[in-house]
Amino acid sequence: MTCLPGKTERALGLVIDLDTCVGCQACVTACKGWNDQGYGVPLSDQNPYGSTPSGTFLNRVHSYQVQPEAAAPMIVNFPRSCLHCTDAPCVTVCPTGASYKRVEDGIVLVNEEACIGCGLCAWACPYGAREMDAAAGVMKKCTLCVDRIYNENLPEEDREPACVRTCPTGARHFGDLADPGSAVSQLVAARGGYDLMPEQGTRPVNKYLPPRKKDRPDQASLLAPLLDIQATGLAGWLDRVLGKI
Amino acid sequence: MNPAPSVIIFTVLSGMGFGYLALLATVHDYTGLAAFWHWFVGYALASIGLAASAFHLGNPSRAWRAFTQWRSSWLSREAWAAGLALLALAPVALSDWLQLGLPRVFGWPGAVLAVATLAATGMIYAQIRAVPRWHHWTVPALFLAFGAAGGCLLAGLRLPSLLALLVLGGMMALHWRVGDGAFARAGSTLGTATGLGGLGQLSVFEPAHTAGSYLLHEMIFVVGRRHVPRLRALALILGVALPFLCLLLLPGRYGPYAAVPLHMMGAFAQRWLFFAQAEHVVGLYYGKR
Ligand code: SF4
Ligand code: SF4
Ligand code: SF4
Repeated sequence: MTCLPGKTERALGLVIDLDTCVGCQACVTACKGWNDQGYGVPLSDQNPYGSTPSGTFLNRVHSYQVQPEAAAPMIVNFPRSCLHCTDAPCVTVCPTGASYKRVEDGIVLVNEEACIGCGLCAWACPYGAREMDAAAGVMKKCTLCVDRIYNENLPEEDREPACVRTCPTGARHFGDLADPGSAVSQLVAARGGYDLMPEQGTRPVNKYLPPRKKDRPDQASLLAPLLDIQATGLAGWLDRVLGKI
Repeated sequence: MNPAPSVIIFTVLSGMGFGYLALLATVHDYTGLAAFWHWFVGYALASIGLAASAFHLGNPSRAWRAFTQWRSSWLSREAWAAGLALLALAPVALSDWLQLGLPRVFGWPGAVLAVATLAATGMIYAQIRAVPRWHHWTVPALFLAFGAAGGCLLAGLRLPSLLALLVLGGMMALHWRVGDGAFARAGSTLGTATGLGGLGQLSVFEPAHTAGSYLLHEMIFVVGRRHVPRLRALALILGVALPFLCLLLLPGRYGPYAAVPLHMMGAFAQRWLFFAQAEHVVGLYYGKR
């Protein structure tokens, strides 16, 4: 079970656009909301209204500051969830077979009935994509909303992950990254989508799109012609006369 | 990484226990009541350790499932090796105690399994690439060296103990030396973690969450790193130097008697550091290591 399938028929995953993400945390909330009542045990919170709240989340959004050498600094918001890696180290370390990668679509899942909560898979994941649920003692991770994407009880437009569906800026895209003709694959090709921590050898399925190039401050301003103010009329006459004295 | 007491107790006690059992099965031939007590100590150390490790689980009642994935998982292999070693050694232990006269060769399979258990424990950590300090052959070598030193000391073998302690001291120092540069060598930075490294100087603007989380508690444990030099000195002095001197200077059995508790304290110090000092690459996302 915890041996990885050599090749999966499809490679479903997310493409996350760091250019358009505004860091609103809507996907964090939508993910928690959906997965609280869907696949497996709910995502528990500990001491949620107290002084030291904590809880289980499958998706978190960070914010980083980038200071280019000769340009204005920028903020990049950075959602982080499971990348459904091709060579998922979290799967092979699992002693119970609870962690597995599906042959049919490449989704990495935890069978919570079999998980003993040893936590080894969370150690093995370089991306911090797995969190142990403190109430249930089993490992939780992004399911790629496996209970939405194939769910015929939902209207067609809802058959995509909750985080993708909810994102107000359309920064998250869902599709088959093994199919070069899919919309997500083309987006990755067009925008130079990349892997996180390639040196860890995990070969993630999810891709990130870099922020687009920003305007340079040294480029001429659009307002430049308006800045050279030429006085006309009485003021212009005064200007000329006074200039001659 | 979080130095959880259950895992520290498990690895130290069962490491000593399996090292000792391997020697009892091959080198020693106690008989009668003496044999009973020696085997009892070996079995007790090994199984107290295993029991302690169960406290680390979120769902201990399903622990039997850990035997199913031996083809891919080192944790599963460790469970098999430990279980089989304890089973395979039982006839030898019984024969020693009840003086049934089973030849010593029957101890060898169990001894090999006990050594394999030590190596598998080390490999559980060494396989984890996301913790660069652990991802190295010195880690299983260190666990084996601890098993050898602890086992020889418990068995009261003077010369082998002295040699094993020397090897252990060398392995500890090598593991620290290799480990100190491991994170940098692994090449993971906030730049590779976010892919934004090429754009400019990167820093954390806002954390993803202000409250605590499993990740911060388990993987980004930064509290204990301040005392590193002191703990390293303690591990070397208590774990290696003082037991060495005890064996050299104290007569007869008193050497090992004094050396064992000292060595154990040193082992606990080393093991605490082994976890507390190990940096997981996920810390990069939080601007921490
Ligand atoms: S991101 Fe982490 S949890 Fe997800 S498949 Fe990759 S290694 Fe496993
Ligand atoms: S925590 Fe559960 S899923 Fe993760 S390695 Fe342990 S048994 Fe497998
Ligand atoms: S795909 Fe589903 S489970 Fe995964 S991050 Fe998005 S909402 Fe959460």
